[in-house]
Amino acid sequence: MGKIKKKSIYSSRSDNIFFMIVNSILFIVLVIVLIPMLNIIASSFSSGNAVAAGRVFIWPVDFSLEGYKAVFRNNQVLSGYANTIYYTFFGTLINVIMTVLAAYPLSRSDFYGRNFITFLFTFTMLFSGGIIPNYLLMKDLGLIDTRWAMLLPNAITVYNMIITRTYFQTTIPNELLEASRLDGCSDIKFLILIVMPLSKAIIAVITLYYAVTHWNMFFNAYIYLNRKELFPLQLILRDILLANSIDPSMMTDPVLLKEKQNLTDLLKYSLIIVASLPVWCIYPFVQKYFVQGVMIGSIKG
Amino acid sequence: MTTKVMYPANKRATHHKLRKSLNNFKHSWQLYLIILLPLIYLIVFKYVPMYGVQIAFKKYSASHGIMGSKWVGLYQFNRLFNSPQFYKILSNTFLLSIYNIIANFPVPIILALALNTVRSKFYKKTVQMVTYLPHFISTVVMVGIILQVFNPRIGLYGKAMEFFGLNAVDLIGSPAAFPHLYVWSGIWQNAGWNSIIYLAALSSVDIQQHEAAIIDGASRFQCMIHIDIPAIMPTAIVLLIMNTGQMMNIGFEKVLLMQNDLNISASEIISTYSYKIGLSIGGGDFSYGAAIGLLNSVINFVLLVSVNFIARKVSETSLW
Repeated sequence: MGKIKKKSIYSSRSDNIFFMIVNSILFIVLVIVLIPMLNIIASSFSSGNAVAAGRVFIWPVDFSLEGYKAVFRNNQVLSGYANTIYYTFFGTLINVIMTVLAAYPLSRSDFYGRNFITFLFTFTMLFSGGIIPNYLLMKDLGLIDTRWAMLLPNAITVYNMIITRTYFQTTIPNELLEASRLDGCSDIKFLILIVMPLSKAIIAVITLYYAVTHWNMFFNAYIYLNRKELFPLQLILRDILLANSIDPSMMTDPVLLKEKQNLTDLLKYSLIIVASLPVWCIYPFVQKYFVQGVMIGSIKG
Repeated sequence: MTTKVMYPANKRATHHKLRKSLNNFKHSWQLYLIILLPLIYLIVFKYVPMYGVQIAFKKYSASHGIMGSKWVGLYQFNRLFNSPQFYKILSNTFLLSIYNIIANFPVPIILALALNTVRSKFYKKTVQMVTYLPHFISTVVMVGIILQVFNPRIGLYGKAMEFFGLNAVDLIGSPAAFPHLYVWSGIWQNAGWNSIIYLAALSSVDIQQHEAAIIDGASRFQCMIHIDIPAIMPTAIVLLIMNTGQMMNIGFEKVLLMQNDLNISASEIISTYSYKIGLSIGGGDFSYGAAIGLLNSVINFVLLVSVNFIARKVSETSLW
């Protein structure tokens, strides 16, 4: 029905040209975004020689898994992976709990002082102490070189707190609160037993946002961590991808220098894929939640 | 006379008020309990560093701590303003941020308008899926991708140049290419994601408006110009304000990661310089680093407030 109607309203020739132009713009966008990604995926599945010779475009040449084998032989990458999973899990847990704890009282119109506290939160979006006072604080608290340095400093993202608050405000009806009060329900009980089950959607959204942030977090680790065994994946990636510092001993096979160089080139491609894979795998299933988050955010707090 | 009459009433009023707020507290003490932990977090991790920013006006020594160090007034700032690199770094920062804001502004809008126009649902979904994806790439990996793709020997860029029979210059180490690489890789990564918010605004446009316009003889293109674009203007302005407010915080991580010895003359910005002076190896001058960082925050704050002020004056759309 809708289709027929649409076709009948835009029928003139100039409209058709317009639609063609729009379609081609989108096609160009698609190609521009897709080609670098395909190139990296294809390279990661090619042989070291093909990659080093620059023979790979968007389809693997001399299909091989040497790159991936090299990645998984690298102990640093494996320990980085394990650390990142740890930080992502516990970090996200702390984030979600803290965000809900902050957002719920601020969503209540009868909460005395909520404007002031909201202002305290939003002000930190506008102004911050800067890197060095933050570093000195962490030093004074004795958190440098501990796992806490990855979990505590960003326990609440104000943006996520505001969208959660907005969600509570718009979806939890006041009548529900009044009714449960009459039944003798306390605020804490109400939050745990009534609000949380009704807010699965927003919890999903912020969980995903926070988890991706933790997975990708680089800078906190870079300034707060010195011990290699605490390094998250992103820090290891930086050493290998950007600083080009690969520990030669990590390649167990004694290979020729040339081949080693080729393998280094290849390894980078495989590493990019291995590092991004978890996020890319869950992405198709959770895309709608991410988008929902932006939508709720756009309602504005 | 009047005061005599007013006095008890006033007193009763304040008493009443006090009672009311006490009641309030009794009534909702649990809410305060709930928010206690987040508040402690906020004060310790956000406001204590703001207080600690005073070391920008001191000569920090580790043995005396933040409080015990000696006040030196604007000494650190004078040092900064008199340093030979300062104006280069300041202009790098502004050029990069302004270029970034301007180039980033139209792309998501065009993308959203196009996506809103396209008729095939499948095509629309595919483009959305693909263009949102790069948003989730981490900064480190993104810079890794830039290095691989623009590698003149093995990367896509090198191959493309070869294909056209041109000589592949090393862009990674070129100061002139740095801003373009930085800005356009950012657009590649985020334009799709940033279009979501415009799509949301466009979805609120009533289809009847389009129908009415078409009955009046408008083409689809005219509909876009006169209906769709005005519909997203408020969103666009709010986003522009917010981006301007984030101007000085711009991609600190990404710039730091993209820096190398060859492009440093274009890629050193205030925030990376502050970091290097304060924390990196060979740095360790906390006070000087903090002063540079503070300058950054202050410029940022002033920009946000003034852009918001201007926006409120001219368009009635503002953040607050």
